[in-house]
Amino acid sequence: MNSYEPANRIAVIENLSKYFKDTKALGNINLCIKSGQVTSILGPNGAGKTTLINILLGRLSASEGHVEIFSRAPGDIVVKRKCGAMLQVSSLPDTLTIKEHLELFQSYYSNPMDYQTLIELADLVDIEHRFSKNLSGGQKQKLLFALAICGNPKLLFLDEPSVGLDVKARKNLWKAINRLKQQGTGIVLTTHYLEEADHLSDHIVMLNNGQIIQEGTPEEIKQAVNFKKIIFKSSLPLSALSELEATTEVAKSGTYFEIKTTNTAASMKIIFDLVEDISELTITAAALEDAFIQLNEPSTTNNLAA
Amino acid sequence: MMNSIVTNQHTELLTKPSLLRIYFMEAKCEILRVLRTPDFTIPALIFPIMFYTFFGIIFTMGPKMPTYLLATYGTFGVIGPALFSFGVGIAIERGQGWFDLKEVSPMPASAYIIARIAVTFFFSLATVILLFTMAAVFGGVALFTSQWLLLATVLILGSLPFCAIGLAIGLYVSSSGAPAIVNLIYLPMAFLSGLWIPIMMFPELMKTIANVLPAYHLAQLSLKVVSMDIGDSVFLHLGVLAAYFILFMFFAAKAYYKKDKS
Repeated sequence: MNSYEPANRIAVIENLSKYFKDTKALGNINLCIKSGQVTSILGPNGAGKTTLINILLGRLSASEGHVEIFSRAPGDIVVKRKCGAMLQVSSLPDTLTIKEHLELFQSYYSNPMDYQTLIELADLVDIEHRFSKNLSGGQKQKLLFALAICGNPKLLFLDEPSVGLDVKARKNLWKAINRLKQQGTGIVLTTHYLEEADHLSDHIVMLNNGQIIQEGTPEEIKQAVNFKKIIFKSSLPLSALSELEATTEVAKSGTYFEIKTTNTAASMKIIFDLVEDISELTITAAALEDAFIQLNEPSTTNNLAA
Repeated sequence: MMNSIVTNQHTELLTKPSLLRIYFMEAKCEILRVLRTPDFTIPALIFPIMFYTFFGIIFTMGPKMPTYLLATYGTFGVIGPALFSFGVGIAIERGQGWFDLKEVSPMPASAYIIARIAVTFFFSLATVILLFTMAAVFGGVALFTSQWLLLATVLILGSLPFCAIGLAIGLYVSSSGAPAIVNLIYLPMAFLSGLWIPIMMFPELMKTIANVLPAYHLAQLSLKVVSMDIGDSVFLHLGVLAAYFILFMFFAAKAYYKKDKS
């Protein structure tokens, strides 16, 4: 339903830096947001995620560099009509129903989503006449999601969209995001759920201390972490594997050993020599969470403004 | 009523949504808000009527008093909702983060303001109708039809500079500070502008001070309709009110369009 831009680049960020007085919140960011893709921005608190989103939304100015969305400056009304944003809002004006909120926001757009499609997509069908003051945290999130997508945006910003959602609601949200993606919407996502980023993202950008420390597909990011995890069950004490500890990270929780190793073959050889009662052995690649922790480890001491 | 039944082929051609419809929708939502919060709305309406009933009708000090106080309490009655709806209402929405969401949405800034002005006018109209009814029925106030109509128009349109002042307060002050700030402006200004006690009873110095207050000028305009004003030019009053409107709209625009607000 949405037409693709020839180059499918909808937002271009070049050499972007942002300073708050003396502190550098973002340094030399280069990034491209594409239509039909989910770009996730991950990083610890204070990494610069919010600053970056606010610059893309036109709420903050760039100190250096160049930002362009749909070939215009961020915050331009023409750009806004092609965008939707789900921000973290502490409370909603409580005197309107869900339907009234949505109809109001739809009126801002020239090509709003069909109302029925909208409430089905956002899973609000049974509660459309409820006043926003009577909504649970999860229902409030669903309404904010609906407000963000009600204009058929070509670029959608989702800031922590699944906070407060139960498992079923989260799955539904993912389904909706995937559907928008298939229609060609470019999506910028920030989340603390790495499983969510892994599941949804086409492109992940890891931010720390205002710098992009890693980017790529979820698979590429995970491969950047060069260790594998060996997990098995044994009755031996942790000290039995002290020979391994020189080169790898060994931990034991309950009767399960967890070993992170960069040389799987060598580690396995030692393990087989030392441990006789191995059971339930698995070797897995690092999860996105491991990548996240490893990548963010070296520089967690410097705190920058968010 | 407005569901997006519009087809895609049609809308791809349209680059702009209808501004009038946005104004209408925004005003509708604001009016619903007012109607659905009677615990705020009713006291705000009753307050000036109650004052007028006490001082203008029950404890009236002369035959001209009910007419004089109709103009000044009318002024008092229209200023309050303008200051509160804008000043406190916007500060609260800013505090919730809701204002941020509207700011990044394609809502035209004018829609937000016009909707609230519509509500203020709606509120002012209700105040005016109630006050006029009390005055005519119980206060024995007799005016020509043209005077009633002109007075109503002056009072309703006269709330505009106070909308601008409220808007600026709402955009600069925090949600916790806004109610106090608004009261701190509203009540002393009402008193010093001679809205409660006729300005003629004021000492010279206070009469002079009153000249800088917008509420004084709106009260004088209203009094001019019933030929009870102090005798200054209409243009002086209109000029001061217009100056306040422009000045505070400027401050508000500066706050709204400022980037990098914390």
